[in-house]
Amino acid sequence: MVGASLAGLSAARSLRRQGYDGRLVVLGDELHRPYDRPPLSKEFLAGTIGEEELALESDDEDLQAEWLLGVRATGLDSADRAVRLADGREIRADGFVIATGAAARTLPGSEGLAGVHVLRTVDDARALRDELAGGGRLVVIGGGFIGGEVASTACALGLDVTVIEAAPTPLAGPLGETMGGIVSALHADHGVRLLCGVGVKGLSGDERSDTRVSPDGVRGRVDAVLLEDGRSIPADIVVVGVGARPCVDWLEGSGVALDNGVTCGADGRTSRAGVVAVGDCANWYDPRVGAHRRVEHWTGARERADAAVRTLLSWGAAEPGVPRPPYFWSDQYGVKIQFVGHAAGADSVTIEEGAADDRNVLAVYRRAGHPVAALGMNQPRLFTRWRKQLALAAS
Amino acid sequence: MIPACRLADLPRGEALRLDIDPPVSVFHTDDGEIFAIDDTCTHQDASLADGWLEGCEVECPLHASKFNLKTGAVDAPPAKRPVRTHEVVVEDGMIYVRLSTAAPNLPPCVAARLAGAPA
Repeated sequence: MVGASLAGLSAARSLRRQGYDGRLVVLGDELHRPYDRPPLSKEFLAGTIGEEELALESDDEDLQAEWLLGVRATGLDSADRAVRLADGREIRADGFVIATGAAARTLPGSEGLAGVHVLRTVDDARALRDELAGGGRLVVIGGGFIGGEVASTACALGLDVTVIEAAPTPLAGPLGETMGGIVSALHADHGVRLLCGVGVKGLSGDERSDTRVSPDGVRGRVDAVLLEDGRSIPADIVVVGVGARPCVDWLEGSGVALDNGVTCGADGRTSRAGVVAVGDCANWYDPRVGAHRRVEHWTGARERADAAVRTLLSWGAAEPGVPRPPYFWSDQYGVKIQFVGHAAGADSVTIEEGAADDRNVLAVYRRAGHPVAALGMNQPRLFTRWRKQLALAAS
Repeated sequence: MIPACRLADLPRGEALRLDIDPPVSVFHTDDGEIFAIDDTCTHQDASLADGWLEGCEVECPLHASKFNLKTGAVDAPPAKRPVRTHEVVVEDGMIYVRLSTAAPNLPPCVAARLAGAPA
């Protein structure tokens, strides 16, 4: 098991549940046991829950696994059936689950500037939480879900918040233009400035006058975000939320086919026998859309682990089930946002319940009259009915 | 025992929330069994009666934790603590719930709210 976050833990649980009783080694590049990432931009960042509440394992859980944490995998030899580790060790195995996740994209030129953050790991979240506690002006680069959640949390903590989005409408990719506009209107409702359709040119900082870099690599502190239209937005803290790239560099040359992550079939199999991939690093074939889709959602990491493990244990013998349509949620400004399906293929979207102005909406996306996706804002009951219906229609 | 509703008023595949404190939900599974559990997910404040009922499991409508209706056990994360179960009695076409005397496993935000609320 290469990767010890939700996808890796879920796959380990699935292995045991499906009857595998052999040796199980779980490798993780972070030092921490598996933890839950969604609260990192919400309750954990707000300081309402602590690290112990993030743990994904229960106290009495024992998967009979060997955990090797704080060590990075640097290569896979799929012929010799071994994973190479950064410390020189090699782990041999009969089967491999690749669950190395994704890493936050950074802004070129932001290295070594204090006050600039990304948010992916609990260590990232702790550092950002400590800075937000000091208050001030926060600029969030990227109006996606991470950016929106950080803005929402920081706004509740009393910071002065600006969100900068390069596209004309935030969330247009996952939600479409119309609903992206409605969801991102939450920012203005709460006094958060949203600047759209403008790119970021760079960051400025109070660079130290001499050219020497301090021992910790910090060369000064950020003081503004510079936009491509010439504006300069003053900032005490900057969060870069511009997406993530799959962590698959270590698989170059392994023979495992890569394309926007690990290329996988509809059952998690890779191009090499005995190797499956799951979670944010895995680009599964989705028979529903007839293309590969890398699904970076919590529920995908959990649900697909079961299918990938079935594939690993029965190579070729098990019929791949159709995974449920992708589902994700976001909590912003006290509004529960839920989405299921694929917005990209839709030719219409209609609000079937509630009203956009009330930020209380159940919207259904259709293609040629058939529902393909649904969005809920504070509509958990109706949304779940649609989620169930879309899954039944697909299976 | 508290009366929930008439059996005929709770079709298979449906759930009913009883607005007591803490709330309890009654589920009628597709196989015709009836179960009662605490309505609030043990992970965060969400109503399990609004969730996805499948077989003998309910999936939380927000974060997809799954609970076994028979035992209350967590079948899928992020929840870690089981949900409290209650005894169900069906008599003369009426569903009754005998409330558990065990302490409920409420999520931290709800537990804090209840603790801070005036008695």
